[in-house]
Amino acid sequence: MIRIDTLRKEYGDIVAVNDLSLSIQAGRFFGLLGPNGAGKTTLIRLMVGLIAPDSGEVHIDDYLIHRDANDIKKRIGIVSQHINLDKELSVYENMVFSGRMYGLSGKDSKVKAEEMVEFFGLQKHRDKICKKLSGGMKRKLMIAKALMHDPTVLFLDEPTVGVDAVARRDIWRLLKEINQKGTTILLTTHYMEEAQNLCDEIGLMNSGQILRKDTPEGLISRLGETAVETDSETKYFKDIQSAKTFAEGLSEMYTMRKTTLEDVFISVSEGATL
Amino acid sequence: MREVLTILWREWVFFRHRFVKITTAQIVTPILYLVAFGWGVGENLQMDGNQYMSYILPGVVALTSMRTAFGAISMRVSVTRLHEKSFESYLAAPIQIHWLAIGHILAGALRGLYASILILLVGIPFGVVYSVDIPFFLVCFTNGFMFAALGFFAAMMIDTHYDMNRFTSFVITPMAFLCGTFFSLKKLPWILRHIIELMPLTHSTRLLRAIVLGGRIEMFSFLVMVVYCVIFTLLSIRACYEEVV
Repeated sequence: MIRIDTLRKEYGDIVAVNDLSLSIQAGRFFGLLGPNGAGKTTLIRLMVGLIAPDSGEVHIDDYLIHRDANDIKKRIGIVSQHINLDKELSVYENMVFSGRMYGLSGKDSKVKAEEMVEFFGLQKHRDKICKKLSGGMKRKLMIAKALMHDPTVLFLDEPTVGVDAVARRDIWRLLKEINQKGTTILLTTHYMEEAQNLCDEIGLMNSGQILRKDTPEGLISRLGETAVETDSETKYFKDIQSAKTFAEGLSEMYTMRKTTLEDVFISVSEGATL
Repeated sequence: MREVLTILWREWVFFRHRFVKITTAQIVTPILYLVAFGWGVGENLQMDGNQYMSYILPGVVALTSMRTAFGAISMRVSVTRLHEKSFESYLAAPIQIHWLAIGHILAGALRGLYASILILLVGIPFGVVYSVDIPFFLVCFTNGFMFAALGFFAAMMIDTHYDMNRFTSFVITPMAFLCGTFFSLKKLPWILRHIIELMPLTHSTRLLRAIVLGGRIEMFSFLVMVVYCVIFTLLSIRACYEEVV
């Protein structure tokens, strides 16, 4: 379980994380959504101990991040938004290196790396030097590396950025499987389809605060399940009948459709309160 | 300590992958020095009672181990910090950060030692064969450690790769030529000689030359090297801790 209590981080005049509190149950697939500059990456960096907060606390399981940093680090895996692989090492060597960094013996790292190669379908690429991999393969390898020490919580900061649709679907399938095995996952993404597909709970973040936390369906329901879209605006309605009544009164062309998580995201980014 | 072994393992894997490139790159410049200064300028030259080629080879060993250790670690750390962004993933791992710095510095020291051995081998076709023993290798290793630590610290301090080029131009290159590597410091003006005495490479060059040419081995010079090792290592460790803010 992850518990954050009134966490705050400022950079000069900018409040990146603003007295934020949040709890995520163990085993959840939690999505953190928000516009650029909302504070998502800073929040993740605070949660994994890469930066220290000005005030507030982060607990993972029964550990407090800045008191028990190394105990927590053994329990978490991190996939950063940048491709941060060791480009001079092969796929297999990258995994072994990561395992050893997280405290596995050389022998255990090798055994685990072989398991990961198989689980992620990287057999054909096992001995390829990383800089020669495709974008999708690199992303897969980053996730594999983060799982080498069997973390209970996996942090994914935009893990499919720059990946083609086929590779992205493949990564989604793997992430679902990892989550089903009991790993808590916290994901930030700009792909709403990704969040809607993967997450069973979503936190909408802006200006360093969590504005709303709910299931994807719950958030859509709060905004209104039916959208009526014209060239100038989009309006949301609780039920299809109200949407139809509104649409009939319009003098311009319109589209009536189901509300998506993207609508929720855009509305919140533009300042809507759900 | 696990961290140190892991970093050394990584550097060993990298070394294995790039063995030919690393080895050839390390001997080209020293060969040019030996051809230009040894054969070209100094064929009939004597320095402090020695054949010039015999005189400069310890200097070439010292400067090559300096360049190799400094370059290997400053390049590696600056690339992982600024370009690959993978240095942060070290900091996110459950490690003792000081061992991370020490692991890298040790790896650099070993690369410096390897380069020193290569230069001894390169010297053979030039007619320079030394009988070397443990003190020689100890000084080479300490020299490598000193400059790997400086390289680590410099890489932690810079904001761009251009800063590293500037650091090399203003610190490493002047040392390579001025610290008694190619000529005796006795001929320099007093003030310049004393400034050069403060530089770490001066002491490793002096020690290596004394060991192979049978001169007086000054323990003070070794002490200076150890003090520089401690200072640069502590600065590197502090810079590592400051990276996690």
